[in-house]
Amino acid sequence: MAPVLSIANLRVSFPRMEAVRGVSLTLRGGETHCLVGESGCGKSISALSVMNLLPRSAVRSADHIRFHEHDLLAMSERQMAWLRGDKIAMIFQEPMTSLNPAYTIGSQMAEVLERHRRASRRQALDRAAELLARVGITAPGMRLAQYPHQLSGGLRQRMMIATALMCDPEVLIADEPTTALDVTVQSQVLRLLRKLQQEMGLALLLITHDFGIVARMAEHVSVMYAGEVVESGPVEQIIKAPTHPYTRGLLNCIPVPGMTKPGEPLGSIPGGVPHIGRGFLGCGFRERCPMAARECAEPVHLHDAGEDHFYRCRLPPDWKLDASP
Amino acid sequence: MKTADDTQPLWRRRRLPAFGRLATLLGASIVVTAFVVAIFAPYLTPYDPFAQDLNLRLVPPVWMESSHAAHLLGTDQIGRDYLSRLIYGTRISLLIGVLTVITSGLIGVTIGIVGGFYGGRVDALVMFLITCRLSIPLILVALTVVALVGSSLTVVILTLGLLLWERFAVVARTTTMQVRNLDYIAAAQAAGASRAHVLVREVLPNIASHLVVVATLEMALAILLEAALSFLGLGVPQPLPSWGLMIAEAKEYMFFSPWVIVTPGVALFILVLGINLLGDGLRDMLRTDLRHRGW
Repeated sequence: MAPVLSIANLRVSFPRMEAVRGVSLTLRGGETHCLVGESGCGKSISALSVMNLLPRSAVRSADHIRFHEHDLLAMSERQMAWLRGDKIAMIFQEPMTSLNPAYTIGSQMAEVLERHRRASRRQALDRAAELLARVGITAPGMRLAQYPHQLSGGLRQRMMIATALMCDPEVLIADEPTTALDVTVQSQVLRLLRKLQQEMGLALLLITHDFGIVARMAEHVSVMYAGEVVESGPVEQIIKAPTHPYTRGLLNCIPVPGMTKPGEPLGSIPGGVPHIGRGFLGCGFRERCPMAARECAEPVHLHDAGEDHFYRCRLPPDWKLDASP
Repeated sequence: MKTADDTQPLWRRRRLPAFGRLATLLGASIVVTAFVVAIFAPYLTPYDPFAQDLNLRLVPPVWMESSHAAHLLGTDQIGRDYLSRLIYGTRISLLIGVLTVITSGLIGVTIGIVGGFYGGRVDALVMFLITCRLSIPLILVALTVVALVGSSLTVVILTLGLLLWERFAVVARTTTMQVRNLDYIAAAQAAGASRAHVLVREVLPNIASHLVVVATLEMALAILLEAALSFLGLGVPQPLPSWGLMIAEAKEYMFFSPWVIVTPGVALFILVLGINLLGDGLRDMLRTDLRHRGW
């Protein structure tokens, strides 16, 4: 199946740092692709550069960013604006601040359809009510007349999802959609996203730092570290046989039923994300890596571990950590 | 919603909402009355404000000796009814206040929003413009312009409008900066909104409450400046019944007929006080509004 969205060798740099260094990924219709990594690794910046909504100081370059066969890099701001919210929609992390406090829910939802489909306010509000019901909000008619501060966080995030779906987008980019919600609501929102994605055949690009969410939601995962995709592949493959030391470290940090022994402490990765300036070479993880060697300071190529599984490390796919200190 | 403060007895509260509310109410009623008086001036005035009656010059108001019941506030030095002139004067003051605020508001808010939203070099230019404006001596420039171009209502409004925008610009700029980085701006852009749409429909409504407060203060200032210019003979030309002009004309007679200078002075004081009280009240209402929303 042809990819809906494909990014090749995306680079984003700020005046003092390289935020994204050669990220490639493809997203197919009806598939969930997770972008996972710790804060500051370039996940959100990668997503924003697809929408061309980067901060002004950022410079974006790529071999291509394609939506179907349209090259997003060659599009004018006006053409991009037509695509945003229509074919490619996005939801943000903070449902508390993502809604304009000056307008009612109905007005904010209706606006999207009015802009992209030239719908009347009446039609747009009908569609909004239908979608609110679909994301599990009771009494949608009443909600449409309310202002954002009258809604709870979970309701707002559902409403954000409903707004994103107003124009039947093909791609939905969700930037940590559940991070700001408490755990029970988180689980409801994830279930909802999964259900809507299957019903509508959405291609979902889900950004998260939680491997638990990855395991639950995604078919495909790209693990990012310091602006690079260090490992990517089908989720079962990555969870069963993580290859990059960073991925192994991440997976050690979460409890997995049946694999983590009770009473045994969870893993942690010592150190912090390095600052990547211009001209940085080699593996970004080498300062925190238990297997670091001198050749890690040289550029590392992508290795194929088979079955669509790639990783960016000098080690063989079946390396073992030496038990001796 | 009640805050902890509201449950305290009145004298223990840090704020005195009752007094604040009273002051706001007073300000609002003064302003509303002034507008009503200005709009319905022709129906409220007992006389034509321009009609002279040289037989009845400098008649004192009714509560003083040797007054005429027909002239409630007396007459001026050429026998024009003072109440009628005062009522028509409300028109001029409010007209100048409102039109000046609209002119300066349009200029200041546009400059401020653009500077605050775009930042960087655009913002540097905006700050430069604001600094330039702040270094211009207001009264002197207004006097020079009016003296050069000639005095008329339009000239006064335009001069003040073109000079009084800096507070709008400063407030619009800082509040836009606070709003700019909020997620709903990014969310609107991600939903396909254009730049103009973001500035006008997303940013502006969220800073409007601050701008309303500035507008009241600027309106009071404009009214006072008009009075000052008219007093100096460079504002509204005679024989229009501007309050400043009335004070200027009265100054020769103030020794024996002090009411001619006190009456327009008190009117000016009450209107400006009313506008300022309303402005303060709006600012406080805005503040509690923000607290109730949990910001």
